[in-house]
Amino acid sequence: MTTTTTPVEKGDERVVATGAIRRALVRPELGAAAGAILVWLIFALVAPTGFLSLRGTASYLEVSAQLGILAVAVALLMIGGEFDLSIGSVIGFAGVTMAILSAETSIPLYISALMALAISLLIGFVNGYMVIRTRLPSFIITLGSLFIIRGLTIALTRLITGRTQVGGLGELPGYGLMNALFDTAIPIAGVGFPISIFWWLLVAALATWVLLRTQIGNWIFGVGGSAEAARNVGVPVDRLKIGLFMTTAFAAWLVAIITVIVTGSADTLRGQGQEFLAIIAVVIGGTLLTGGYGSAIGAVLGALIFGMVRQGLVFARVDADWFQVFMGGMLIVAVLVNNYIRKRAEAAKE
Amino acid sequence: MAEIKNSQPPLLEARSISKSFGGVQALSDVSLVLRHGEVLGLVGDNGAGKSTLIKCLSGVLAPDQGTILIDGREVQIDSPQRARAYGIETVYQGLALVDTLNVTENLFLNREKTSRIPILGRLGWLDKKGMEKDSLEVLDRLGIQIPSVRRDVVYLSGGQRQSIAIGRAIAWGRHIVFMDEPAAALGVEQAQHVVELIATLSRREVGVIFISHNMRHVLQVCTRVMVLLHGRKVAEVSAAEVSERDLVDLITGARGGNRQ
Repeated sequence: MTTTTTPVEKGDERVVATGAIRRALVRPELGAAAGAILVWLIFALVAPTGFLSLRGTASYLEVSAQLGILAVAVALLMIGGEFDLSIGSVIGFAGVTMAILSAETSIPLYISALMALAISLLIGFVNGYMVIRTRLPSFIITLGSLFIIRGLTIALTRLITGRTQVGGLGELPGYGLMNALFDTAIPIAGVGFPISIFWWLLVAALATWVLLRTQIGNWIFGVGGSAEAARNVGVPVDRLKIGLFMTTAFAAWLVAIITVIVTGSADTLRGQGQEFLAIIAVVIGGTLLTGGYGSAIGAVLGALIFGMVRQGLVFARVDADWFQVFMGGMLIVAVLVNNYIRKRAEAAKE
Repeated sequence: MAEIKNSQPPLLEARSISKSFGGVQALSDVSLVLRHGEVLGLVGDNGAGKSTLIKCLSGVLAPDQGTILIDGREVQIDSPQRARAYGIETVYQGLALVDTLNVTENLFLNREKTSRIPILGRLGWLDKKGMEKDSLEVLDRLGIQIPSVRRDVVYLSGGQRQSIAIGRAIAWGRHIVFMDEPAAALGVEQAQHVVELIATLSRREVGVIFISHNMRHVLQVCTRVMVLLHGRKVAEVSAAEVSERDLVDLITGARGGNRQ
């Protein structure tokens, strides 16, 4: 048996200095970064006046933010190897819950928002618990909860209020504080940037820090790569996964609160289809459907591409009907490009 | 048991472990002693109860009867977490490593080092550089050769992967390691390397229980060998006193008799 006695030093080839470019090449979000630049360039050329203005920038960032908050949480969950299709329904549910609680009992909106948060987290907990106990794919469990939660939201709202929307929240107690937290514009160079953008960046920064610099982040990658191997070294796999489902539910709640406060109303149908858009953003961002690989920054870029395309088409005066065609195509191209980059990157590591 | 004042109590002792599944008696009244620095071979045909015994000792299964002692004190090992807390590690055949993590990340999964800078450490900030440095030291210390600790383990050979899994089980001051067929899926040369690694490691204070169907490997690394047949201990022999042929006879029941 040979024993290497080389001391650890700079010249050790086992930590061979991966240069900055090389390191960037193996990051999951490389494809999304290139895609975001490309999309930006296209609209900068096609619709420079609207798209390049600060006001235009604020408008696509706001669209990106609402999807981006979801996408960041979904990225964590998907790296951890699971899906959550129920988040769109949770958006509708949390918003309506908060609105009804305050409208019917006149408790302040910030209290009803916290109560909605508690119930949303409980939904996330139940999703995770069901996935772990039944061992069914999370795709199935959360597809079920997608319909259950949406149906409950509509049925209960109609039962309580007789309608499917709750409006006039601007007159309710606590609206001022909520408005300051979720619907202020932060002026930058004379243009108001909606505060939701900053919530998005905060959530993304937190998620990136957790993923890349904490033990929980290591656990997420480990559990997504092989839940069994992670369990064998003592990672609390079940608790971690439940926590991730609660994280996506939290993100859905945050988006619900923002939209309710921004529009001054809650709608039982709000958030429909957001679960798929979030998955698209995450996948464009380089996260693998199979888990164990991905990034929160990628999800941010995926959501940014979404926002730029959606608003860019408006600035370019393209009929909005084409938006879905573009996003679907973008998804498939992005996955192909990401796969190609990853293969090249792995070859470079050899 | 004779109480001798100056002698160390055995690292691990199991007394009269029994376990049945429905009507099937998987283990009946099996006892074993594992001492410091010893590799105990555990052999037997498929279904003889080897894995069941290991699972009872590592908290995966709860035995119906029997007691477990670590360092002479009776303990309840009712979960894998508890087993780990007592310093018991298990190396699983195929499920030891996370393919998508690199060597360092695998070595440190769930044993992450946090930054030595107090505030960052308090926040849970990881010391990635430090972990990488420690990985290299661990690998060097154990004589495990890996081209790069930054490579995802999916790109390593089976032997390298298993070496990392074994190295990890032992590197962190753990003192009881169960290895269930650690070399089964490997080619001849890589298997040999893993067996040599185990032999090296056993010279430390750790105790190893080594399950294998390869009698040459068993005799190469083990000090004693315990033979199970239909859930019963049918023999416990000193590795120096038996041949591969003897072991096979004991396993198949062609030769009976407990030599101890």
